[in-house]
Amino acid sequence: MRVVIALCLVAPFVAMLWVGSYAKIDPTFIGIPFFYWYQMLWVLISTALTMIAYKLWQRDQRARADHKGGAAE
Amino acid sequence: MKDGVNGVALGVCIFFFLAVTVMGFLAARWRRAENEHSLDEWGLGGRSFGTWITWFLLGGDLYTAYTFVAVPAAIYAAGAAGFFAVPYTIIVYPLIFTFLPRLWSVSHRHGYVTTSDFVRGRFGSKGLSLAVAVTGILATMPYIALQLVGIQAVLDVMGVGGGENTNWFVKDLPLLIAFGVLAAYTYSSGLRAPALIAFVKDTLIYIVIAVAIIYIPIKLGGFDDIFAKAGQAFSQVNPATGKPRGALAPPEAGQWTYATLALGSALALFMYPHSITATLSSRNREVIRRNTAILPLYSLMLGLLALLGFMAIAAGVKVQNGQLAIPQLFENMFPDWFAGVAFAAIAIGALVPAAIMSIAAANLFTRNIYKDFIKPDATPAEETRVSKIVSLLVKVGALVFVLTMDKTVAINFQLLGGIWILQTFPALVGGLFTRWFHRWALIAGWAVGMIYGTVAAYGVASPTQKHFGGSAKEIPGIGEIGYIGMTAFVLNVVVTVVLTFVLKAVKAPEGTDETVPGDYTADAGDAGVEAELPPATAGTSH
Repeated sequence: MRVVIALCLVAPFVAMLWVGSYAKIDPTFIGIPFFYWYQMLWVLISTALTMIAYKLWQRDQRARADHKGGAAE
Repeated sequence: MKDGVNGVALGVCIFFFLAVTVMGFLAARWRRAENEHSLDEWGLGGRSFGTWITWFLLGGDLYTAYTFVAVPAAIYAAGAAGFFAVPYTIIVYPLIFTFLPRLWSVSHRHGYVTTSDFVRGRFGSKGLSLAVAVTGILATMPYIALQLVGIQAVLDVMGVGGGENTNWFVKDLPLLIAFGVLAAYTYSSGLRAPALIAFVKDTLIYIVIAVAIIYIPIKLGGFDDIFAKAGQAFSQVNPATGKPRGALAPPEAGQWTYATLALGSALALFMYPHSITATLSSRNREVIRRNTAILPLYSLMLGLLALLGFMAIAAGVKVQNGQLAIPQLFENMFPDWFAGVAFAAIAIGALVPAAIMSIAAANLFTRNIYKDFIKPDATPAEETRVSKIVSLLVKVGALVFVLTMDKTVAINFQLLGGIWILQTFPALVGGLFTRWFHRWALIAGWAVGMIYGTVAAYGVASPTQKHFGGSAKEIPGIGEIGYIGMTAFVLNVVVTVVLTFVLKAVKAPEGTDETVPGDYTADAGDAGVEAELPPATAGTSH
C-alpha cells in the first residue's frame, strides 16, 4: 500500500520536471498549445492522485491502528 | 490608457475595500477564545481552523496579488518561461503531503509557533534557530513590499496617483490609507482578520477569472487567434538582445531552467514563514492532508490567469512596465464596473497575504529573537504585545521600502528571498524526518547556500539591469542554465552531509533533542496535544 502512495506522490514530479516531454505546440486544444493545456491537465491529475494517496493513507493508518490495538489487548 | 480617473471602477473598488475593512475589525470577535492574550490566539487564530477556513487562508496566502500581477506579466514578457508557476504549484502539494503533517504534530505537542521554534527544540541550537528566523524575516519583508507594488499597479491603471508630476504625498496617499487600515485591523484581530477577508478575496478572484477566461477570448476571436498573435509577437527579434522576445513552448536550452525553477520554488514555498503560520493555525492533521488535495484548485486558476498574459498581447495592450499588463487588459476589455471588481480583487488579494506575512515575521522575531536572546522570561501576554508591535514595524518597513526605493529593488530582493528561504529546507524538513544531521553542519550548509546564492544572483545581468537580472545561471559542472536557488540548495546539502560525517567522527556535541518519535505522528485528541483553546462564546460552525 505504501508503495502505491509513494507512486501517487512521485508521479507529478516525474511528469512535470521532464519538460522535454511536453515542450511542444501540437496538438492544440481549442486553440491552446499542448504545452499549456497539458500542464493544466496535470493539475487535475495530480489532484486526483493526491486524493487517492490521502484515502489510501487513511486506510493504512486505520489498519495499523487496529492491528496495534489488537496486539495490545 | 484612458486619461484621468476611472470613477466607476474606483467607486466599486472603494466599496469592496470598505467592506473588508469592517470585516477585518469584526474578525476579532469571530470564534474568540477565552484567553486572547496568548500568541497562539493572536498569531495562530487559536489553532482552531477547519478544512475550509484553512483552504481559504492558505489560498489567500500563497496566491498573492503579486502572483496575479507577476505571473501573467512574465508570460506577457517572455511567453512559455513564465508558465513555470503552474508545474511549481502542482508539485508543491505532493511534497507537503509528506512533511507538513509531521510539523503540525510536533508543533502542537511542544507549542511551537514558528519553524525556528521547532529547529531549536529538535537540534538544541539557538544559533541554527536564529539563522532560520533571520532568513525567514529577510525573505518575507520584500514579499510584503511586493504586495504594495501589486496595489500600486491597480491604482496606476485606475488613474489614481498615477502621473509623474503629482506631488508625492497625493500620489502615495491611497497606498498609505490602504496600509494604515491593514495595519490597524491586523493589530487588533491578528490572524483572524486575514482568514475572514480571504473568503471575500478568493470569491472575487474566482469570479473575475471565470469571467475573464470566457469573456475576453470571445471578444478576441478565440484562443486560436490569441495564440497566433502571441506567437507572432514572440518571434520578433528584440534589437537589444538579438534574440526573439520569447516562445510559445520552451526551447531545448530553456528546459533545465524551467524544471529547476519549478522544483526550487516548490521546495521553497512552505519554508516561508507565512505558509507555516497558516498551516499551524489548522485544527488537526487531517485538515492539512485534506488541504493538499483541494488546494490545487488554486493552481488551475493560476494557469488560467497566466493565459491572460497572452490575451494582453493579442488585445494589443502595450505597456512599458509588464506589471501593468493585466490591470490594463481588464480596463480595456471589461465594462468599468466589472473592471472595478477585478481591481478590488487584486487589491484585497494584496491585503490578505500582507497581513499574514507580517504576523509570521512578527512571530519569528518575538519567539526566536526577543524571547531567546533578549528577554527569556517573557510572559505569553508580553509575547503577544511584542508581536503586535513588530507586525506594525514590519509593515512600515515594507512601506518605506516601496515608497523610497525603485520597484525593481523590491523585486530583486524577493528573488533573493526565494533563494535564501530555500536554504532553510535541510534544517526544517531534514529535521522532521531524521536527527542524523549535525546542527553545526546545518549552519555551515546554510551559510554556504546563502553566500553562493547571493553572489550568483548578484552576477546575473539582463538587458536592463547589471545585477540581479534574473534567477537562472549556468549550473557549475552541468553546464545547463538552472535556478540559482536550486544550485545553492544542492551545495548546501553536500556541505551539510560532509560536515555531519566529520563532526560525528570528532564527536562534536550534538545538542539535546526535546522531541521523541511519537511527537511527529500525534494528532488532536492524543495525550499532550493541546486542544484548541476553549471558546468564550459559541463559535460559528463551519
